[in-house]
Amino acid sequence: MLELVDLSHTYGSYRAIDRVNLKVAQGEVVCIVGPSGCGKSTLLRSIAGLIKPTGGTVLLDGKPVDGSPENLAVVFQDYSRSLYPWMSAVANVGLPLRRRGLDKKRRDAAAMAALEQVGLAGAAAKFPWEMSGGMQQRVSIARALAYQPKLLLMDEPFGSVDAQTREELEDLTLRVCAHHGMTILLITHDVDESVYVGDRVVVLSKAPGTVVGDLPVQLPGPRDQIHTRELDAFVRLRAEVGRLVRGMTPHRNTHGFGVETR
Amino acid sequence: MRRATSGVLRFWIVPVTLVVWELLTRATESPYFPPPSRIATQFYDMWLSGPASQLLLTDSALDTFGPSLGRLIAGWLIAGVLGIALGVALGRIRGLSEYTDPVLQFLRALPPPLLVPIFFVLFKIGTPTQLAVIVFGVIWPVLVNTTDGVRAVDKGFLETARVFQFSRYDILRRVILPSAMPKIFAGLRLSLSLALILMVVSELVGSNSGIGYSLLYAQQTYDYAGVWAHIVLLGVLGLLFNALFLVAEGRVLSWHANARRNV
Repeated sequence: MLELVDLSHTYGSYRAIDRVNLKVAQGEVVCIVGPSGCGKSTLLRSIAGLIKPTGGTVLLDGKPVDGSPENLAVVFQDYSRSLYPWMSAVANVGLPLRRRGLDKKRRDAAAMAALEQVGLAGAAAKFPWEMSGGMQQRVSIARALAYQPKLLLMDEPFGSVDAQTREELEDLTLRVCAHHGMTILLITHDVDESVYVGDRVVVLSKAPGTVVGDLPVQLPGPRDQIHTRELDAFVRLRAEVGRLVRGMTPHRNTHGFGVETR
Repeated sequence: MRRATSGVLRFWIVPVTLVVWELLTRATESPYFPPPSRIATQFYDMWLSGPASQLLLTDSALDTFGPSLGRLIAGWLIAGVLGIALGVALGRIRGLSEYTDPVLQFLRALPPPLLVPIFFVLFKIGTPTQLAVIVFGVIWPVLVNTTDGVRAVDKGFLETARVFQFSRYDILRRVILPSAMPKIFAGLRLSLSLALILMVVSELVGSNSGIGYSLLYAQQTYDYAGVWAHIVLLGVLGLLFNALFLVAEGRVLSWHANARRNV
């Protein structure tokens, strides 16, 4: 459903991403991982239409993207700059639905349902500044859910919360998004997280970022923070991704994981 | 403990000042500086000895305050609406402020009282001229603050609006304006106190009603206690408007105060 063809972007003379090619199928959860400064955010911002890439194309359902595409939602890392502090949680979640032509009653109902799914039914009337960081990020996720996008982009969505909340939010994403059958592109610098959450892990090199690894994740579901992370398969895959992220040559593994590298 | 002491001090400062003032003016016996007790009596006789049905206000008080406060509030509201509208345009339409800035800075530098003769020619003598003086004088803080406020909207807020494809109206009404509201309110508050000053000034020249006219009349009839009563009245009005404004601001901007406290 999403296809990047030779996507490149340069800021002045700085080349952030260089000919990134990627195909994402409907319903896939793809994690993009890479060292800091590898142009992960540039990649995401190009797809979201927030910057115009200097080279290459983004195709969504086969059609080239110009500006912000319909049916796309983003969960940003910095929830404090993405949730509007002058609105309650339910108003924040319901606001994008105005574009969908729903009346107030149906918007509120949809927003409440989404808040319920992220476990915040009781906090609908709260304002962002009355909530913890983890709660605010849940509201952001609820906003994306209520919008029912075909493609959900997540830009380091759990980068600003503590470790425990991070695990909760990872599980929430897996559970809720699997339920909706959404296609997700999650960007992270955390190797563990990419393997834990993804159906597929795509590794970007240091700037100029380009795809250096594309590994399918075959872990038994449902995933679980403790058991999944102690599986041999998880540990080995994590090591593979870790090597790729650090720019080392990958081991030709003998454990049945298809590591494709370019 | 310390808070309690400062509260007591704050309340005591008023009677202490009044007593010192009373003693000094009685000792000097200058006709230009009547003691506060006489000012208070004059104040009461002129404006506060009316029937209960008029909230104790006398007919003279209603006739004097009515036109003045009407013009003040009308002028302030017109300036507020115009200032916000122009400020949004200047802040959000790229290039517009570069073209208009020299003109605006020139107009802003003109002292509004000096424009009274021009407004006389342009508008009718009386309320239209006075309104024009007030609007022209108080629009600037709202205009400048609104321009600043709508320019300083966090990029993250706007990117969210773009990703979720808010309509232009929603971006303005639900993102840009609320985000700029704290600055707009700061401008409106400054404008309100300026409006009080310009209201009086505009009534001092070429008017036959209002507080400014009444003040001039007291001065020309050598009623110095009356002059002082007007001065006290203006101070009280300023205090009252500010208090009312702060209550309104507290309601509209509660998110802002709280969001900042929790950071």
